[in-house]
Amino acid sequence: MDGALLFQLVLNGLIVGALYGVVAMSFVLIYKASQVVNFAQGEFLLVGAWVCWWMLTYWQLPIWAGFLFTLAFMTIFGILLQVIVLRPLIGEPVISVIMATVGLSIFFQALMKWIFGVFAQPFPPLFTVERVRVLGLEVQSVYLASLGVSAFIMLGFWWFFTYSKHGLAMRATAFDQQVAQSLGISVPKVFAMSWAISAVVSAVAGVVVGVVNGVSSALSFYGIKVFPAVILGGLDSIVGAVLGGLIVGVLENVAQYVDSQWLNWGNMYQIAPFYALILILLIKPYGLFGTRNIERV
Amino acid sequence: MAAQAASVTEARGGTSAPLLLEVKNIEVVYNEVILVLRGLSLAVPKGQIVALLGANGAGKSTTLKAISGLLRTEEGAVTRGDIIFDGERINGTDPHHIVRRGIFQVMEGRRIIADMTCIENLRLGAFTRRDPNVKRDIDMVFDYFPRLRERTGLAGYLSGGEQQMLAIGRALMARPRLILMDEPSMGLSPLLVKEVFGIIRRLNTDLGITILLVEQNARMALSVASYGYIMEQGKVVLDGDASALAENEDVKEFYLGGHGAERKSFRNLKSYKRRKRWL
Repeated sequence: MDGALLFQLVLNGLIVGALYGVVAMSFVLIYKASQVVNFAQGEFLLVGAWVCWWMLTYWQLPIWAGFLFTLAFMTIFGILLQVIVLRPLIGEPVISVIMATVGLSIFFQALMKWIFGVFAQPFPPLFTVERVRVLGLEVQSVYLASLGVSAFIMLGFWWFFTYSKHGLAMRATAFDQQVAQSLGISVPKVFAMSWAISAVVSAVAGVVVGVVNGVSSALSFYGIKVFPAVILGGLDSIVGAVLGGLIVGVLENVAQYVDSQWLNWGNMYQIAPFYALILILLIKPYGLFGTRNIERV
Repeated sequence: MAAQAASVTEARGGTSAPLLLEVKNIEVVYNEVILVLRGLSLAVPKGQIVALLGANGAGKSTTLKAISGLLRTEEGAVTRGDIIFDGERINGTDPHHIVRRGIFQVMEGRRIIADMTCIENLRLGAFTRRDPNVKRDIDMVFDYFPRLRERTGLAGYLSGGEQQMLAIGRALMARPRLILMDEPSMGLSPLLVKEVFGIIRRLNTDLGITILLVEQNARMALSVASYGYIMEQGKVVLDGDASALAENEDVKEFYLGGHGAERKSFRNLKSYKRRKRWL
């Protein structure tokens, strides 16, 4: 087997997987804080990427301005979604909440197609240097930047949940809402904040993917890819989400290689993560890092 | 007997400190149908420890949750009466606003955040604060509870006593004026109960924190409190100075284990019921 090719595949997998990890993290964030399984996670990427693209192409804003505007827009977008759609559903059956997020997903996909059309649109080129050499490998600079952005977001999450007061409040709310309220934490605010952060972070991933592949409704597939990543890592573990994302990314690429060389089943790239999903559910239903409650001995 | 009951009631007039908390004739209903508190009144003077005693199901925890606003997280509501804190009516206020006003409830069963460290739990106690002295206060809490300082792991692995201390420490971090403490002795060994109550007394004397204390361990509670209320079926049936309550024959019989008084017959029990104060 070709060593260099395998290395290239793993590297590609890690780059894409880091983005899966970022999206999975923002999915887990919502699930942990407010117990909502958000089927519209992929549409956060879609909306974010389209907004940024529109700012850069139609309004001709410089990248930093367009990007900042996108972040601000997604913050408000996330809060409004939570307040208008999800808040009235607090206390309703899980299935109603899930159906609401599925509805949001369909709605925003259609809305984006209606506004921006069905064709993929490229971002204006952002990098002057197309490729750089890393460890003897040719890597597109957008990929490198994407990896950097992912790592930055992950570090940000880690800092937020370990050191910031609001991150701790979010963890407390995830652990026990009544206790959180007794500490003076406003649970509705935490819910809104979790949706805002999730929307913003997903949108950043959306912009990155958009820069690499162009903006199209294909972006919302990331919302589906999140499931194997998240189940693999454990539905309520942020670290698990990152690792799950990386594993899924690598798995996709390696599976595709194996398939093209020996199996010839076709389309393993899309399917392999879901085989893994089924296996994980059979063997380790709480995932690699899912909650096991601490029992005092 | 009658004279003793009268002395218990009179003692109430003896507390001259201004009232920090006043609960006036409240009625609490769960799920819009279950009446739990039926016209409960009590008063907590500034800077004192007041004990709220009673059997299981009397409504003690409900009373605390009504004051802290946590009732609404359990589908409960105050349907009648007033809760006055520092001169302002606070029923209907969100629990997170009530914490900001200076009332902090230490809930029954510790309820610390098991997957966080001690320091993270303490920092959460200070969530409502904006001043920069949080670090200093964490040190202060560790001075009160030295054994917590050495525990660097997750709070879920602490012993029951340490968890209770962490729960109290977390309350201190909010710098409250009134702590509502729900059964701090629950599940602790007699030695630890003594230690915890010693600390409760020190918090009151050193820091001047007013405490409303709900307890099953009536003897312990009355030994630290200055005033006590006894609840039954959603009402206060007896109240008085802690020392007078501790000496009261009925209280001894029903809550302190009945030493000194010979076993009473059911006839006497009825007479006790009749003498209750229906507020």
